[in-house]
Amino acid sequence: MDFVTFFALAIPLVVIAIMVIAHPSPVYSALFLVLTLFLLAVYFLFLDAHMVAALQIIVYAGAIMVLFLFVIMLLNLQSDTQPTPRHGLGRAAIIGGVILVAELGLLLQRSSSEQAESALPENFGTVEALGSQLFTTYLLPFEITGILLLVAVVGAVVLAKR
Amino acid sequence: MIDFLITFSLTLLMVLMVLNLGGLLLWVERKGSAVLQDRIGANRAAVFGKLPFNLGIVNTLVADPIKLFTKEDFVPPGADKLLHTLAPAIGLVPLLVTFIVIPFGDVLIIGGREITLQAANLNIGILYVLAMVSLSVYGVVLGGWASNNRWALLGGIRGSAQMISYEIPLGLALIGVVLAFGSLDLQEITRAQGALIGGWIPAWGIVYQPVAFLIFLAAGIAESKRIPFDLPEAESELISGYFTEYSGAKQAMFMLGDFVEAIIVAGLITTLFFGGWQIPFLLRDGFHFPWGGTLALPSLLVTLLQVGAFTLKVLFFCWLQIMIRWTLPRFRYDQLISLGWKILLPLALANVMLTALIILLFE
Repeated sequence: MDFVTFFALAIPLVVIAIMVIAHPSPVYSALFLVLTLFLLAVYFLFLDAHMVAALQIIVYAGAIMVLFLFVIMLLNLQSDTQPTPRHGLGRAAIIGGVILVAELGLLLQRSSSEQAESALPENFGTVEALGSQLFTTYLLPFEITGILLLVAVVGAVVLAKR
Repeated sequence: MIDFLITFSLTLLMVLMVLNLGGLLLWVERKGSAVLQDRIGANRAAVFGKLPFNLGIVNTLVADPIKLFTKEDFVPPGADKLLHTLAPAIGLVPLLVTFIVIPFGDVLIIGGREITLQAANLNIGILYVLAMVSLSVYGVVLGGWASNNRWALLGGIRGSAQMISYEIPLGLALIGVVLAFGSLDLQEITRAQGALIGGWIPAWGIVYQPVAFLIFLAAGIAESKRIPFDLPEAESELISGYFTEYSGAKQAMFMLGDFVEAIIVAGLITTLFFGGWQIPFLLRDGFHFPWGGTLALPSLLVTLLQVGAFTLKVLFFCWLQIMIRWTLPRFRYDQLISLGWKILLPLALANVMLTALIILLFE
């Protein structure tokens, strides 16, 4: 991914991501989030991770965000007119943000010195490569994620039955 | 450069074909419904004077679009203008580009150059179709919300719940097919269906995955929001559901979107379950009959036959969907949801498990 492509995507992406929290209307916020996720999928496409891009759109943009919109419409949420009450959240957010940026900087420093120019393996990002990684190297985290999701589903069913 | 031009023209061809077929289906629907209900149907705008019969082609293909495009484009007061205008496009555009991964022929050989008749050969194949179809939900949801109308909002909410519910059995039915053919690429799946089982039965998807076919047909019709699954528009309950407040060209886009979805469902059923462009016993150099005897054909003719076979199959399944639409009554909403979650989903899961087990045991 070259310099121009990166910034042509990155600048709108950041602006749209800020709009998610800045826009007063909940429906527009959700739509900006959809757009953010869509642009992220485009990023994955440019990074040759086609499978991840497809999953990003199917799962996040196509399913989860539709449910968000569904709930917003069902509750008929209006635009946010009152100022948000502050509980020292601003300060916590600033501290969290600084820590995140520091971590990212550290990671960037470490990765750029080691594997900056290494070529991608032959079938990088294909369904086969991702699948075999998931079911061999990352089998345990994969199964644990599955169990977590199952717990969430069972919890939702129990709550709905009350 | 030439490669780019070929891809570009194939893509353009696919999009234009889908658009035109969508318009054509409007005629088939109006005249076909008349045939099914023993009416005459659209017959007003005739150009050739009094014929013994009037096919209503002028009516539906010329007069109807002119009427739709010259109507007042009305945005109701209190509606969200931007989203009200964007919604039809958001619903239609992802559907128009879906067809590019569906192969409509094997290879076309021109001047020693082999052109695969599939506009985009993606590694993710079917997943691309699912991604695009899942994006088209936003047209329904936003159209319903932005209209500032209760019926429209109800239609939008119904639409979002219905389309999310039926995407799951749809995807699981596809997994059965993917397991059977071992590929996500629709061209490879179609090529695999050219094999013969026991020397004479074409190895079409329906032979391996009959249950998946039924689930896919039901879920596909539910995704395209047509009777018996047309709860989001349900004229008798919600006026027109999510596009109650739409008129003119925007309403035409919503209507066209429904037809395009029907074409996509027909195209996928053809490709996954009925051999795509395959004609039984037709190989690249001509017919090879199982009872002996061959009929050699030039390569161009074979390609034309394949494209013709694909088109005929797609048209047949479009017609099947229109027939279903005009013969069945509409579900109740709770019936719709419980059919999706309590019947189709377990059935699809069982189908996947059984398919995987059989593949594991015999291969």
